[in-house]
Amino acid sequence: MADRTGHEVNETDSARPEQDWPLWEVFVRPHRGLAHTHAGSLHAPDACLALRNARDLFTRRSEGISLWVVPSAAITAVSPDEKDPFFAPAGDKAYRHPTFYDVPEGADHL
Amino acid sequence: MSQPISGPPPMPVTDWLSAQWDDACALDPRGDARPDGGFDDLIAAERKIEPRDQMPSGYRETLIRQLGQHAHSEVVGMQPEAHWIPRAPTLHRKAVLLAKVQDEAGHGLYLYAAAETLGATREDMLAALLAGRQGYLSFINYPTLTWADTAALAWLTDGAAIVNQVPLCQTSYGPYARAMLRVCREESFHHRQGFDSLWVMMRGTAAQREMAADAVARWWYPALAMFGPPDARSTHSAQSMAWRIKRFSNDELRQRFVDVCVPQAELLGVTLPDPAMRWNAERRHYDFTPPDFGELTQVIRGHGPCNRQRLEHRRQVHEEGRWVREAAAEYARKHAMRNGGQDGT
Amino acid sequence: MTGSGYLLSLGDDALIAAQRMTQWCASAPELEEDIALANIALDLLGQARALLSYAGAREGAGRDEDALAFLRDPEEFGNVQLVELPNGDFAVTIAKLLFFSVYQELLYDGLLRSRDSALAGIAGKAVKECAYHVDHAVCWTLRLGDGTAQSHARMSRAVDIIWPYTHALFIADAATAAQAACGVGVDPATLRAPWLDRVRPVFTEAGLDLPEGDWVPLHGRRGEHTESFGLLLTQMQALHRAYPGARW
Repeated sequence: MADRTGHEVNETDSARPEQDWPLWEVFVRPHRGLAHTHAGSLHAPDACLALRNARDLFTRRSEGISLWVVPSAAITAVSPDEKDPFFAPAGDKAYRHPTFYDVPEGADHL
Repeated sequence: MSQPISGPPPMPVTDWLSAQWDDACALDPRGDARPDGGFDDLIAAERKIEPRDQMPSGYRETLIRQLGQHAHSEVVGMQPEAHWIPRAPTLHRKAVLLAKVQDEAGHGLYLYAAAETLGATREDMLAALLAGRQGYLSFINYPTLTWADTAALAWLTDGAAIVNQVPLCQTSYGPYARAMLRVCREESFHHRQGFDSLWVMMRGTAAQREMAADAVARWWYPALAMFGPPDARSTHSAQSMAWRIKRFSNDELRQRFVDVCVPQAELLGVTLPDPAMRWNAERRHYDFTPPDFGELTQVIRGHGPCNRQRLEHRRQVHEEGRWVREAAAEYARKHAMRNGGQDGT
Repeated sequence: MTGSGYLLSLGDDALIAAQRMTQWCASAPELEEDIALANIALDLLGQARALLSYAGAREGAGRDEDALAFLRDPEEFGNVQLVELPNGDFAVTIAKLLFFSVYQELLYDGLLRSRDSALAGIAGKAVKECAYHVDHAVCWTLRLGDGTAQSHARMSRAVDIIWPYTHALFIADAATAAQAACGVGVDPATLRAPWLDRVRPVFTEAGLDLPEGDWVPLHGRRGEHTESFGLLLTQMQALHRAYPGARW
């Protein structure tokens, strides 16, 4: 089977640690009076370290007065190109999966 | 004695570079009020492609590769500088270099995060790096032999990175463009402190001037090589330009870099190691000797002075850190179970 | 009233702790941790620079932060051995960080009331930084102690190695006692009880045992050094010393 970069991996490869340091999305409110804005993402094993890592990564230059961290998997999303024009709850798709014309199975994309 | 000599004048920067930066900052990401079209319409209209948009698989693959290599460059690029932090000649320089290298780790994270929006994982990209399927900028495979190397490296390679990255602030993929804006804001400090460091050395003792001159002579061509092979030999460029991932050609960016550096070198008082370098009034650019592209090919293939050492360090650090990452993951699992799924802070 | 020697001992603690922490750069177990440790190193370096600069000013002999950092010989440094110990593995580093940062936070908190307003000012900034260092060290002590069997074993071993060097943090030599008596400094002996009160619950929660006994290495008092200290200073000072009088 191929990993997400298209590289063939052995199914018996050892446990994938990145699943244990999941992805978190970070939102920063830079000034009082403004809304939180998406700043980026990082890996952390839990919310405690996610928050601290977010502080180190995104507010080193005193760039924010409020931080939110949210597991990426917890975000439900919908995009303007969905068939339903009213953004009705078709939003059961995971936040990060891109759609593309074709993905050759097993090909080495790199 | 710990303060630098009265500061250098503002660095000369070309109008081209300033204009690129102004354009990037002025760009209204919302674009105009026309409804979104398909991928091709968006590209043609200079709109951004976002993570869940329809996109050709080649566009996605090209971006994963480019983002991965860009991220690897930041992270592996920490190595030539990190070993000088404990040895910095003043506490001020120690702090500045540490802050710079810390920024580079952060840039790597921004770029890995952008790649992850396309479905690549950090672990897979690292595996690709260690297996030689993804690379990183060639200059990182040269050794930093003296303290002056840290200054020359910053002035030249961060300067080259800025020439490459400012146009990338207008790349078509939204997360990449946004990461580039953040990176560019931070990178200017890196470039500036390299220039400052050389400025002070060139006005110091004879031994310092010699060290600085030697470092510049060794880092000039590796910096020039950062812009890749000449356009005629660059296989990926045409498609990248069509997809507006790439905004300017290798040769054009390399020329822009030379034009930026020559006045800065004159101000510093350093000699660039190119006897053919001269202003061409007709072209309105500096003529210069291109880097040895044969050497660049060799270095990209793994035969540079430091390739094996850099990769081995990255591999070793990742291996040695495994027990720590596993401990944190196990702790999180235990506590999630104990708290019935509540992930407390 | 404020002795430069006292300021130097505080500054040397921070400087040497910073120097050790910089050695994790590009080598941390995860990129996010690389950034976090660099933050801590930058904070400690900032504290060192403030304290050394002030010490030089009090001394009045024209020595600035760099003259003090790069031109003193090992026997002239007043730091405790704890901060000069090699980084070891990540568990050893976290054990060192936990013990030292809890001490520093208590120390700087006490120095907020120093009769020397400049020192109180330095402490005001530092105490907030140290609160973050403590938080970071506690997070990791819990995760290593209560993580996997391997991490628990490594953390236990780290604590056993580092513990004997913590006692020197709380010994007041004559100079420090005099500074405390005149209201400038803090008597470190008064810090041990609150230090234990802060550390003990972390250990309990992490499933780690607090070592028994008060074994202290001979010649382990503040200002007396280990073999590794000479190597550390050589690396730190060589370049500066190779270019006497040069500006950078």
